[in-house]
Amino acid sequence: MNRFLLPLGIFVVLVALLAVGLNLNPREVPSPLVGKPAPDFTVPQLNAVDKTFSPKEMLGKVWLFNVWASWCVSCREEHPVIVEYAKAGKLPVVVGLNYKDKREDGLRWISRFGDPYLLSAFDADGRIGIDYGVYGVPETYLIDKAGVIRFKQIGPITPEVLEKKILPLVQELNK
Amino acid sequence: MKSFFALLTAALLTFPVHANEAAPLADDPAVEQRLVNIAEELRCLVCQNESLAGSQADLAKDLRREVRGLIKSGKSDAEVKDFLVSRYGDFVLYRPQVKPTTYALWAGPFILLIVAVAALINFLRRRSRQSAETPLSDAERQRAENLLKENQP
Repeated sequence: MNRFLLPLGIFVVLVALLAVGLNLNPREVPSPLVGKPAPDFTVPQLNAVDKTFSPKEMLGKVWLFNVWASWCVSCREEHPVIVEYAKAGKLPVVVGLNYKDKREDGLRWISRFGDPYLLSAFDADGRIGIDYGVYGVPETYLIDKAGVIRFKQIGPITPEVLEKKILPLVQELNK
Repeated sequence: MKSFFALLTAALLTFPVHANEAAPLADDPAVEQRLVNIAEELRCLVCQNESLAGSQADLAKDLRREVRGLIKSGKSDAEVKDFLVSRYGDFVLYRPQVKPTTYALWAGPFILLIVAVAALINFLRRRSRQSAETPLSDAERQRAENLLKENQP
């Protein structure tokens, strides 16, 4: 009996490890930026060419920084969720980052699907995206009053993520 | 036969064209060589099994552009890697750094090897002791001889 117990035990452990490994999403790479100050930048806004935006302007507020693009397929899935929650007044201020897009495409996207953003920063060449470690649009950062990144969502925001992770954290940060 | 050779020639002719397609126009071969050396050690985050040097993903192109800029501004290889690690995490390194969170990763295989070798030695010792301690009985010897004889022509 004992002879089989050990191999069986090893087998069970192996299966458990593989099961955990298979259920992890390899696309979700933990960001080293969580807990660090949000990188600074100054770029033109999407809607108003003559105005700029810098994350410094948001100091003192809890806000979401949502990276989106008109060419991004998953953004179409995510956008209605943001629009709906923003309309219901449940979200903190959302700033968009129009990532590696053409200005007219970005503007068309917003007029077609709705604009839940305070404004959208315009990152034509993707430099800001690199500073924020963006590798798969959409991505969303939750930034606190001191300008520190507190949470990063890789991939589309879903109502589950909002209800379970982002909104409770927002409440806590607003205290 | 003729058509076979034609086909072969065609295949040989088309191959190099394919291989050269992605070669960038290097304005400075030294920078380009360092870029390749660094980028081969880095993972492309979009196509995770490709290196930054080999990937044609948009992000990889942007990152190569960024690395090229860093090299030109006189940054060392380590500084360039730090630049990417600080943004994308240790995951971008194909060769993980040795630090407390990666000790298990580096030492794990060797620990497994030692455990396996110890188990093997233990098993072999026990088996040789067992066969030395219990010699064959007369009946068993007889049976073995009979079996050997049966197989002879």
